[in-house]
Amino acid sequence: MNEIELLNWARGPGLTYATIIMVVGLTLRVFEILMLGRPHEYAETRSSGVEDGIKMVFKRSLPEPRNWKRITASYIFHVGILIVLLFFIPHTQLFRDVFGWFWNGWPNYIIDFFTVLSIAAMLYTLVQRFTDPARRILSHMSDYLAWLVTFLPLVTGYMAFHRLGGDYTTMLAVHILSVELLMVALPFSKLTHTVTFVMSRWYTGSNLGRRGIKS
Amino acid sequence: MSDDKQRLAGELQRHGITRRAFMKFCTSVASAMALSPAMATQMADRLAAIQRQSVIWLSFQECTGCTESITRSHKPSLENLIFDFVSLDYHHTLQAASGHAAEEAREAAMKAHGGKYILLVDGSIPIKDGGVYSTIAGMTNLDMLEHMAKDAAAIVAIGSCAAFGGLPAAAPNPTGAVPVSDIVHDKPIINIPGCPPIPVVMTGVLAHVLTFGIPELDGMGRPKAFYGDTIHDRCYRRPYYDRGLFAKSFDDEGARKGWCLYELGCKGPITHNACATVKWNNGTSFPIQSGHGCIGCSEPDFWDAGGFYKALSTGSANPGSWAAASLAVGAAAGLASGFLNKGAKAEAERKHQAITVDDMRGKSDE
Repeated sequence: MNEIELLNWARGPGLTYATIIMVVGLTLRVFEILMLGRPHEYAETRSSGVEDGIKMVFKRSLPEPRNWKRITASYIFHVGILIVLLFFIPHTQLFRDVFGWFWNGWPNYIIDFFTVLSIAAMLYTLVQRFTDPARRILSHMSDYLAWLVTFLPLVTGYMAFHRLGGDYTTMLAVHILSVELLMVALPFSKLTHTVTFVMSRWYTGSNLGRRGIKS
Repeated sequence: MSDDKQRLAGELQRHGITRRAFMKFCTSVASAMALSPAMATQMADRLAAIQRQSVIWLSFQECTGCTESITRSHKPSLENLIFDFVSLDYHHTLQAASGHAAEEAREAAMKAHGGKYILLVDGSIPIKDGGVYSTIAGMTNLDMLEHMAKDAAAIVAIGSCAAFGGLPAAAPNPTGAVPVSDIVHDKPIINIPGCPPIPVVMTGVLAHVLTFGIPELDGMGRPKAFYGDTIHDRCYRRPYYDRGLFAKSFDDEGARKGWCLYELGCKGPITHNACATVKWNNGTSFPIQSGHGCIGCSEPDFWDAGGFYKALSTGSANPGSWAAASLAVGAAAGLASGFLNKGAKAEAERKHQAITVDDMRGKSDE
């Protein structure tokens, strides 16, 4: 298989398979979680919990004073990845092709800046995982794998754009394949939080509210 | 008969080509192929001294576009002369002979120059059903290629069909078309892809083969000198790509201003060829300069890469068309799994038996 065949596979069947696995997997996970329901409440509930749930969705997005460096790094790479994903012009072309409509992309130098920033922030969070004893104990192989499959598209995309690491065709194919790996991993790892974070926060917040605990 | 008549130098003199003009040609070929300036002189000396080189040109499943390309220079050029000078012993389109006489000429050339002739092939070779889909004088292309390749010094696969299969090999490939490299494995093969290839690329590679032998090739057998860079690497519209300025349609303001054609499906970033530097029609222009994106004609499978007008970053098959079905399947599977979980939970609750202190005491008493 030469590099063009690899790219054609990645842009063709590869992308279709990855999309199917991701959409089926994520929908399945969301339905499964929703059908779990709530555990039986033995005590009388204090409130409906709706308000506390909504509050929690936003509150958990606010930075906390503890370990501000790691939290900042985490913010940077979350925002950075979203910007790179949604505003790099070739990416907008993909979304336009799939959804029939999409917004305009941003100039390349802005995307480049956020890519580098996100890569640096992700590296910092990895170093933190290794060096902080508590975090190290809590980290398992699945955490490192989740980090890796998120990191690879960033690095391969950066390398492809800057014509690093040899032939562009190969690098572009590797980049697309790394994204497909991420898409496949989404439903089967903690990365599912990309779609479940709102409902899981709401659940936690409303549970606390129902029991009268300040969230 | 003086030896000079048989050598290129004599031929050039007869055509009134000065040494100066010849040196200019060699320098341009040498520089196009990224050879050192000193090599131009060497190339001139060697070219001037070469004997007529026997060339046999086989045309298989092709459209004659490659031949059109190599013969369509707007003025008689040195490239043409050199091409005239090689002894083109067999070529369907260009030879005067036809029928048995033509086939005899091929056999005669093969015998006379066994082990020394260069075999040029354009067109792909159908191998399905014993290769019956293309025959010449009752001989399948497959048989003819195997027969002629046996005694060739080297093979030059001209055009994307011979190099990679091209249009005949595009899905669903009804004739089982394959490139030369799928059939011949024991001879050096130089691929000069393109639909068609640039004339100077064909003559430049031939000049190199005649003087210095096989040029340096990349992983796909293409001469690095002409296929080392992508169209995008050398495109004059590249600065617009870097600045994120793209034409959105073929007649919008961006198109008129000459912005990058990436969004309109240009395949320049992955296409290795010399169009952006050598250009076409005696250096007049090339597709991007005339406002159309590169279709990637010198890369394998360019017909099946999802469409000439779809941006490179999009999927070649629209993955969105599967999304609705995937959502439904996911939801159904999720519901099914949820009900199974609920059933298991209910079952567990049903089987749950409360144990009292008396039960435990009773057991320990036994």
